[in-house]
Amino acid sequence: MNSEEKKIILKTEGLTKHYGGVKALHDADFTLADGEHVAIVGDNGAGKSTFIRQVTGVEIPTSGKIYFDGNLVNFKTPADAKKAGIEAVYQNLALADDLDVPSNIFLGQEETYFNLGPFSFLNENKMFKQSIDVLAKTGIKIPDIKITMNNMSGGQRQCVAISRSAGFASKLIIMDEPTAALGVQETKQVEKIIRSLKENGVPLIMISHNLRQVFNLVEKIWVFRQGQIVGCVETSKTDGNEIVSLITGVKQGVGEEASFI
Amino acid sequence: MEQKDDTLFIKLIPYIDKYGILLLIAIMLLVLHLLQPDVFFSWRNITNIFKQISWQSMLALGVFMVIVTAGIDLSVGSILMLSLMALAISSRAGLPWQIVVLVAPAVGLVCGMINGLGITILRMPHPFIMTLGTLYIFRGVGNLISGGVPIGGFANQIRSIGNGKIKLEWLYGEGAAQYIPSSLIIIIIIYVIFWIFLNQTKIGKWIYAIGGNPGAARAAGINVNRILVLVYTLCGFLAGIGALILAGRTGSAYPNAGLQSELDAIAAVIIGGASFFGGRGTVLGVFAGVFIMGLLRNGLNLMNVSVFWQQVLIGSIIILAVYIDVLRRQFGTRK
Ligand SMILES: Nc1ncnc2c1ncn2[C@@H]1O[C@H](COP(=O)(O)OP(=O)(O)O)[C@@H](O)[C@H]1O
Ligand SMILES: [Mg+2]
Repeated sequence: MNSEEKKIILKTEGLTKHYGGVKALHDADFTLADGEHVAIVGDNGAGKSTFIRQVTGVEIPTSGKIYFDGNLVNFKTPADAKKAGIEAVYQNLALADDLDVPSNIFLGQEETYFNLGPFSFLNENKMFKQSIDVLAKTGIKIPDIKITMNNMSGGQRQCVAISRSAGFASKLIIMDEPTAALGVQETKQVEKIIRSLKENGVPLIMISHNLRQVFNLVEKIWVFRQGQIVGCVETSKTDGNEIVSLITGVKQGVGEEASFI
Repeated sequence: MEQKDDTLFIKLIPYIDKYGILLLIAIMLLVLHLLQPDVFFSWRNITNIFKQISWQSMLALGVFMVIVTAGIDLSVGSILMLSLMALAISSRAGLPWQIVVLVAPAVGLVCGMINGLGITILRMPHPFIMTLGTLYIFRGVGNLISGGVPIGGFANQIRSIGNGKIKLEWLYGEGAAQYIPSSLIIIIIIYVIFWIFLNQTKIGKWIYAIGGNPGAARAAGINVNRILVLVYTLCGFLAGIGALILAGRTGSAYPNAGLQSELDAIAAVIIGGASFFGGRGTVLGVFAGVFIMGLLRNGLNLMNVSVFWQQVLIGSIIILAVYIDVLRRQFGTRK
């Protein structure tokens, strides 16, 4: 198969996360080839976000192994994952509300005049200009990027969050429900960004409830149910019915009325 | 035409938000000048105001940084007292002034670090708890080491830091009485340094980011705990500087030093327009907040108005300042 020739960028073995008695994620074996775009689908509470949080160092797994870019990794913090090359857009819109757009796009990796570690002096001008470039590249229009995030619509906020991760050279981009809170136009914008990532060969994991979107954008679908991975199918070899059956665990007859379509 | 008035009012809110505090200061200066035309704008009285607010302005600046991170530090008054006592004891022990001068900032720094480490390592549910604890502990320790009695007699070099005068004879001629208090110079230097720190450096940006959304800061790869420890440590350090200034002003360390001054510091920060919930506020605003409280005290003292009225007025200004913030959030620039 084609994907076997390609380098594996991310692999998990027996990845498990328990919160007290809740088995949020259990024994997940997952692989992603370089350049590949995949979706993770599943019902609410299936463990999708939990899986992402383990891979991005937001939480530390109860057990299991994560290999990234050929190495066994042990991310203790999101900073570790970021350093390794994983950029994530979190479901709860991880933006600093009282800062403006350039500050958010560059948060944690600010441009400076010269390096004095954390005491480096900020090069606001450079960040302002680069932010305009980044936003232009992703086709996002924000009238005034000097206003703070809490004065922006959900769509604008999400677009900033996404250009933030897409704007930096990274080895893997992960998006948790990137269009869940967006309108039609904004969703199109985000999908355009995802396509451009594909063209640039940047691998992507996307969690989505929108099966139309999933079928349009990715080549492989991983299905989670009750904390476990219950299936992995290539988009070209499946249809909505099969995915819905996998999601719900009910063999037949769910189809059209399911909310996932 | 209630509708029309409403919209005009709403339109004014961003301006009130931005310039309201300057307007308030201008009005206060004018009113005080009209009420006390001979005294208020005299060189002596104006320098007095700056001398009076000098040590409080250090506490307020520290508390401001802490509040920007959505935290609180209730212990600054006690840190000030403990630092002052430590200074007095080291001075009494006969240490050279070059050492004594370092004692108060160093003790303050250590106290602040204890707060920061407690909040992060002991995972206190809120900084309120940790610093409420140390509010008692630090003052208790201060009284234990001093025996609960005032200690006086500092070297002139120490006193001149908080009480020094930079004569302006070169400007006003031989024998002129005009001078700039050294404490004003200290305020300016410290405030400029911290303005640069908070507005021009990476850490400054991160401090604001943490207050706005600690999860976002963490996800952006920022070590939130380390920054929090730094912020509380700096807050303690500033309280130590405040102690050094106070040592010069009073010439002795006394058990009630800085009592309840943590509340004045919080009040100044809030009057200065910082959000109590973190993420928002300016260094200049803090200074304005401290200055307003100083003006109020000074003006009311000049007019022999009871100290109880000062309390009523300061309380009212706090509530008014926050109410303007509430309106701003409701109608302001939010779309
Ligand atoms: N921090 C947590 N503490 C306890 N339980 C959690 C926590 N986070 C998630 N869970 C539980 O783990 C399960 C999976 O959650 P999640 O990964 O958010 O699901 P999904 O993203 O697929 O909707 C749910 O039952 C949820 O209630
Ligand atoms: Mg989720």
